[in-house]
Amino acid sequence: MKVSMTVNGREVTGTVEPRTLLVDFVRNNLGLTGTNVGCDTSQCGACTVHMDGMAVKSCTVLAVQADGSTVTTIEGLASDGQLHPMQQAFWDAHGLQCGFCTPGMVMASVKLADGNPAITDAEVRHGLEGNFCRCTGYGNIVEAVKQGAAAMVGGES
Amino acid sequence: MYPRPFEYVRAGSVEEALDLKSKTGGRFIAGGHSLLPMMKIRVTSPETLVDIGRLDDLRGISANGGFTIGALTTHSMVASEGGNGFPAALKEAAGMIGDPQVRNRGTVGGNVAHADPASDLPTVFAALGATMTATSKGGTRDIGAADFFTGLFESALNDDELLTAIEVGSEGGGRGSAYAKLFNPASRYAVAGACAVVDLDGDGTCTSCTVAVGGLTPKATVLGSLASAVVGSRITEATAEAAGQAARAEVGDDVMGDVYAGVEYRRDMLGVFVARALTAAASRAV
Repeated sequence: MKVSMTVNGREVTGTVEPRTLLVDFVRNNLGLTGTNVGCDTSQCGACTVHMDGMAVKSCTVLAVQADGSTVTTIEGLASDGQLHPMQQAFWDAHGLQCGFCTPGMVMASVKLADGNPAITDAEVRHGLEGNFCRCTGYGNIVEAVKQGAAAMVGGES
Repeated sequence: MYPRPFEYVRAGSVEEALDLKSKTGGRFIAGGHSLLPMMKIRVTSPETLVDIGRLDDLRGISANGGFTIGALTTHSMVASEGGNGFPAALKEAAGMIGDPQVRNRGTVGGNVAHADPASDLPTVFAALGATMTATSKGGTRDIGAADFFTGLFESALNDDELLTAIEVGSEGGGRGSAYAKLFNPASRYAVAGACAVVDLDGDGTCTSCTVAVGGLTPKATVLGSLASAVVGSRITEATAEAAGQAARAEVGDDVMGDVYAGVEYRRDMLGVFVARALTAAASRAV
């Protein structure tokens, strides 16, 4: 089937089997391999992207369901060589270790922090329930999201 | 993992969806957050998916004395619905489903039609006495929540029907509701869940009480024996505990255990969460 969508501001089209997951379309057809797959059960959140303005798990959306939608992946966050404030905050607070969960963490955090510059530890921990990190113990991630939330004020989400 | 191959068709209207379903013998997909995970691990492999995800008329909540919840309303939408007598238990339960990403895609209708015993909304709709509207080419049919959930992943929907809306009453005037669950820490599905709906008179005496449970039973189940433990009394710690005991006794051996949480543990926990739901419902009954 033919699908077309806007990914990171670019119109893209592709021919896919109906069973193609959005994450596989993004990775295999578009070569955007920042979005990861960490589980088979829709739990880990490594595949989180923004679809029509919402954080979604792209392993649990068919590419054909996303036909006509607007998608942002981790590759689409930075602009003009400048990291998104949430990416910068993950860097600064060292909110990662191996980095596998990081794209999903950042994408989920951008939506979580949107409009909440003084987000609390509890809000971050609750809001990231759909993203698993097996390295860090989450402490630095929570710190990163709080810094990123504060830095996002006035900027684009 | 990939699902097995299937055909995909997209419906532009309820009528077309019903047509496509009867022509293909396929399954409806809305948000796909119950169906796709099962297809990915190949527990189920429909030959055709009929995508109803763009039937925007079915998305949203309207107030009409009670509330009509369109089948495509997402859990996020329900969780952010507030005030005006919208049932607190429903808002609360929707906010406890999965995680934010799951709630952004998962739909109320899909959840209910899937009839997963570990899911939260069936329990809430059973306690609220919700009415499910099933649409077929012949018209619509109303099904009470108590009759809707017929077993493990089984509902009263016929093959030629689409669940289009769910109606619930409003709260206030002495009525309150709450949902409480012990959740699996990875999936956030209910290990044991309880929803309580209570009416209190001016003195705080309980005049009616409905408790439904899920997670551990094969289907969302209203427990009939609890009313006698609660009605006519104030809902104190002691009455809530007595109701919890009654819940344990009533579910008896009709409890499913698994490797994470055995039968006895789930039954014990049910008592705790029935008591919590009752206490919270009473605190909201103003």
